[in-house]
Amino acid sequence: MSFLELRLVSKSYGEGAVQVHAIEDVNLFVERGSLVAVMGPSGSGKSTLLTIAGSLEEPTTGEVVIDGASLRAMSRNDKARLRRRTIGYVFQEFNLLAGLTAVENVTLPLELDGLAAKKAHAAGMAALDELGLADRATHFPDELSGGERQRVAIARAVVGERHLLLADEPSGALDSTNGEAVMRMILNACKRGVAAVVVTHDAQLASWADRVVFLRDGRVVDQTVPPPSLESLLEESSQPGPRR
Amino acid sequence: MSVRHAILALLSEGPKYGLQLQKEFEASTGEVWPLNIGQVYTTLQRLERDGLVESDEPENEGPQKGFHITDAGSSELSTWLNTPPDMTSPPRDELVIKVLSALRVPGISVHDVIQVHRRYLVELMQQWTRLKEDEADFDLTFALVVDAELFRLDSVVRWLDTADGRLKRAASEPPTSSTTPRLARRLVVRR
Repeated sequence: MSFLELRLVSKSYGEGAVQVHAIEDVNLFVERGSLVAVMGPSGSGKSTLLTIAGSLEEPTTGEVVIDGASLRAMSRNDKARLRRRTIGYVFQEFNLLAGLTAVENVTLPLELDGLAAKKAHAAGMAALDELGLADRATHFPDELSGGERQRVAIARAVVGERHLLLADEPSGALDSTNGEAVMRMILNACKRGVAAVVVTHDAQLASWADRVVFLRDGRVVDQTVPPPSLESLLEESSQPGPRR
Repeated sequence: MSVRHAILALLSEGPKYGLQLQKEFEASTGEVWPLNIGQVYTTLQRLERDGLVESDEPENEGPQKGFHITDAGSSELSTWLNTPPDMTSPPRDELVIKVLSALRVPGISVHDVIQVHRRYLVELMQQWTRLKEDEADFDLTFALVVDAELFRLDSVVRWLDTADGRLKRAASEPPTSSTTPRLARRLVVRR
C-alpha cells in the first residue's frame, strides 16, 4: 500500500464564471522509500498539489490518504498531529525561524509535539549530524550559508519519525552543486524509508526521482516509466553514452 | 570530439604508447567515449605526418612504439584549447524541426509532441543522474562529463518548456502578423 495516496483530487477556487481549477482529478501514489518528482511550469498546480498532500489545504473533491488513514475523516487536531509527527516540509525559502539556532529550529516540531527537551535535542543533533551540520548546531540562520540553511530545513523535515517529506522547489536559489546536495539528502531520507514528493520546474532536480510526474494545467498528463537498464540503452545506441 | 587534440593533450604530459593513449583517453573522458585502438594509430600517423608528434623509434612498428609531442604539436594544442568552437550558426536540430513541423500538421497536438520529447529527455537525465549518484563522488572526470550531458539535456527540456508556454500564450492571443517565420536573419558573431 502506498504511504501517500491522492485519489481523484481536485481543487477549485471561486464559483461560476470565475471558477479556477487549480488541479483536476489528480491521482498520485507514493510508496515508502520512493522519491516522486512532480514537474510542471508555474501555474500548473504543483504547489496546490503539495499543500493538499500535506493536509494544509482541503481538496474540493477527491480523497487524500496518508499511511492508510483518510484525511477526510480527521479532525483539525488529528491533522495538526499528523503534520507534527509524520509530515516534513521543505520550502523554497527555507522558512527557518531567525531567533532560533539551527538545532532549535530542527527540534521545534518535536517539542511542540510534547517530546522532552533532552530527547528532542538528541534527535535534532542526530538529524543535523547526518547532514554534516553538527558543528553548526548552535549557529543562527543568518550565520549560515544558503546551502547550510536548506540542510537545516531538511533536517527539520526528517527529524524524529517523519515518513512523508514534501518539498516545494527545495533547491530554491541555490547553485546547482548545492541543489544536487539537497537532492542527495532527500534521496538518503528515502533510503531510510521516507516517502518523498518534490515539486519543481527543474528537470535536473526532477531527474533524481524514481518517477517523474508531469503536470499541465492542473492535470497529470504523463509520467516517466521506470528506467531501462543502462546496458540495454547502450546496446540500442551506437552513439557515445554511459558505459558503466 | 577532437580525438586528434585529445591525443596531443595526453602526449603533452610526456611520451606514451598507443595502447596507453587509448586507455588514458577513455579514462580522461570518464569512460563515456569509447575509442578503438585502430583509430588511435590512424590519428597518430596523421599527427606524425603533420609534424605534430614524433615516434621515438621509427623502425619499431609494434605496440610498444612510443610517441612524443613536437613544439609544433604543443603550439597547435595551445591554439586549439584557446579557440572557442564555432557556435555561431544554429545547428539543424532534429528536435526543433519536429516541433516546428508539428505546428503545421492538422490533427496533431504540438503540446503532446512536446511532452513525448520532454519525457524521453527526463528519462535520459534520470539515467545519467543515477550514474552520478553511484559513482561521481569517486571520479571527478566522470562527474564533469555527466554534468555536461545533464546540462545539455536540461537545456533542451527548458527550450521545450518555453516553447510549450509560448505556444499556449500565442493560442490565446490573436495573431498579429504572418505565421511564417523569417529565417533570413544571419548571425554574425565575432569570435
